[in-house]
Formats: sequence, C-alpha cells, structure tokens
Amino acid sequence: MGVDTTSNSAKPVPTGPEQDVLLKRITGELHDKGFVVANIDKLANWARTGSLWPMTFGLACCAVEMIHAYMSRYDLDRFGVVPRPSPRQSDVIIVAGTLTNKMAPAFRKVYDQMAEPRYVISMGSCANGGGYYHYSYSVVRGCDRVVPVDVYVPGCPPTAEALIYGILQLKKKINRTGVLWR
Amino acid sequence: MDLALKDLGEYIADQLPEDVNGTTVILGELVVSVKAEGIARVMAFLRDDVNCRFKQLMDICGVDYPERIPRFEVVYNLLSLINNNRVRVKVETDEDTPVPTVTEVFSAADWWERETWDLFGIFFSGHTDLRRILTDYGFDGHPLRKDFPLTGYVEVRYDDELKRVVYEPVKLTQEFRSFDFLSPWEGVQGVLPGDEKAEDAEDENADGAVGEGDA
Repeated sequence: MGVDTTSNSAKPVPTGPEQDVLLKRITGELHDKGFVVANIDKLANWARTGSLWPMTFGLACCAVEMIHAYMSRYDLDRFGVVPRPSPRQSDVIIVAGTLTNKMAPAFRKVYDQMAEPRYVISMGSCANGGGYYHYSYSVVRGCDRVVPVDVYVPGCPPTAEALIYGILQLKKKINRTGVLWR
Repeated sequence: MDLALKDLGEYIADQLPEDVNGTTVILGELVVSVKAEGIARVMAFLRDDVNCRFKQLMDICGVDYPERIPRFEVVYNLLSLINNNRVRVKVETDEDTPVPTVTEVFSAADWWERETWDLFGIFFSGHTDLRRILTDYGFDGHPLRKDFPLTGYVEVRYDDELKRVVYEPVKLTQEFRSFDFLSPWEGVQGVLPGDEKAEDAEDENADGAVGEGDA
C-alpha cells in the first residue's frame, strides 16, 4: 500500500511491468483471501497528516501571517489544512500571537475541548516565550506554560512560508512518532 | 490658528470662571485646565456651546506624575467636526479624590473611565458600572502607575494536578535589563561616548576662525 512515502523505507514502485506484477499479486491476494495486510498505524498517520485541521486561534499580528498562509498564494488547503471554528473538529491548534494571562484559562479550555490526538503549533516569539512582552505583567511567558507544544515556529511574526514549514514539520513528527493510542 | 485658539480659550474661561483654572495653547493645541467638581459642567458647555460644539469625546486617559501633588491628571480629548477643532481638558486628582463622571454628558465616557480606573486607580464618582475593563479578572494593582513593577506580581501556569491554570508569584530566570539609553522619556543621561570628539573639533574650528580673523 502506498500509505506513506517519507517514513517508509520501501520506495514507491514506479509505473511499469514491475508495478503491474505487484498490483496483480495484491489483487490476486484480495480475490483469494478477501483482505490485504497493511500497517494500520501507518495508514492512520497518513490519514492524520493528510487532513490536519487547525483550530483558528489568532491572538495578535501573527494571525495576519497565518491568514496569508491560508489564502490563495500559499493555500494551505492543498495540504489538507482547513481552518475550523470549533475545537471539537480540529486536530491542531496554531497559537498565533501573544497569549495573555487573561486569555490563558480560555486557551486551556479550548485545548481541553479538542479531541485526541491533538497537536499544538506555537507560532511567533510571543507564543514561544513571551517575546517582546516577556517582562510584561500581563503576558504568559510562552504558551508551553499552559499546554504541551509540538512545534515552535520562530519569528516576529514568522512569514507564511515559515508557518507552512512548521506545519510540514508537524506532519513529519506525526509520521515519525504517531501511534494509534497514546 | 493659534490666535483663534487663544481667543476660544479666553472665551471658555470667561464663560465658566468658577470651573476653569486656566487655558493655554501648547504646540498649537488648546489645553483647558479645570477644577474636578466642575468637569461635567465644562464638558456639557464644550459640547453644547455654539462656539465650541465639541460633540465627540475622543479619549479619556490618566497621567501619573509621581513627583507632583496631587499626582494624577485626567485628560479628556474632545473633537469638534463642525469647527474642525480639538481641545484637551485636564483635571488634577490623587488616589483618594474622586473625579465626577462625565457619562451623563458623553455616553462614550463609560468605558474610557473604566479604563482609567483600571490602569491608574483614579476613582470616578457617579459612574454606574466602574469595573476593571482590560486587566485580568481579580487583578491586583493599577499597572500604569509609575510605582507598579514592570513584571507585576503574578504569573500563570497550567497545573497538571489541579487541572487548571494557576497563579503564582513571579519568578524570573533573568531580571529585566534596559538597553534603551536614548529613551525619549528618560532622556539622555550624561555624555555619550564619542561626543567629546565633536566638542574638541568645534573648539579647534573656533580657534582657527579667531586665528584667521587676527591675521
């Protein structure tokens, strides 16, 4: 099964007589036994990385850069990344901007409402470690004080490309470490 | 323009001699300083008088001057679209003296006064809903006061055992260090390294000029 090309050591078989033989064998097996054997966790990872729906969580100027990534120039839809307005429907939350003390409990609540498996991308200096507002009386010094973070995207704000790179890194991470139960 | 503003200032002072302390024109902008108890009257006059017509309240803010007594100022910025004119009204107060609310005159003042209360702790008497507006729920202190520490008193963290966000006293791994030596608020302290060269060069030039004159 061409489940995943990056994490699989076996390279996809190019079109040609070799592939025909392989396909014939699988079809034959399917006809004989009525089932095929594949790695279910790899399949699940392929499905997960193919439709990473992020929770819309723009807090400050980083949100504008996040919007750029969604819009037609970079078009995150191509990666199966479609912004969702509800935590119940999302797999990943992109913390785009300054997380304040007042917002922290609400942010945690949104995170808790997300279904497993859930991932967090911390976008920009403020979300990574307080950034410009590190010494402020009202800002959380990094959103990893509130939720566990999978990928940190540096920048102030990071460009849309940087965010996309972060999302691709998260995909790699899921492919590498993703399991059915955790 | 300045003359017209000056005239307007004198007119306002003439019309409300009991409430207005004085008027000045600073950098082409009219400033009216007012006694706290008369602020609502002055604002109503500025809004309704045919020569003023300052119908829009743009902003209310506080200023903290720790060296002054009383230490606070409340600043009201008004705009007249009809006369294409602006005026700034100032009231002095301190931590304990309330300033009468102007919500009866300008309904927009409601949230501005809440903000001023939140950030400076200036109390507005007669305000119907004087709650905090910007800072965290249960916040302690008024952050824009000069004696409020930059980093505040508490920070938040998610506690995995309590399963909620908890507040703890601030613990910094590194103290705040200010590198803004040219801050326009703090001013340049002392001589910057290299400045003495410029002075030396000027002296030399002056000497040279004198020498030439003598010759």
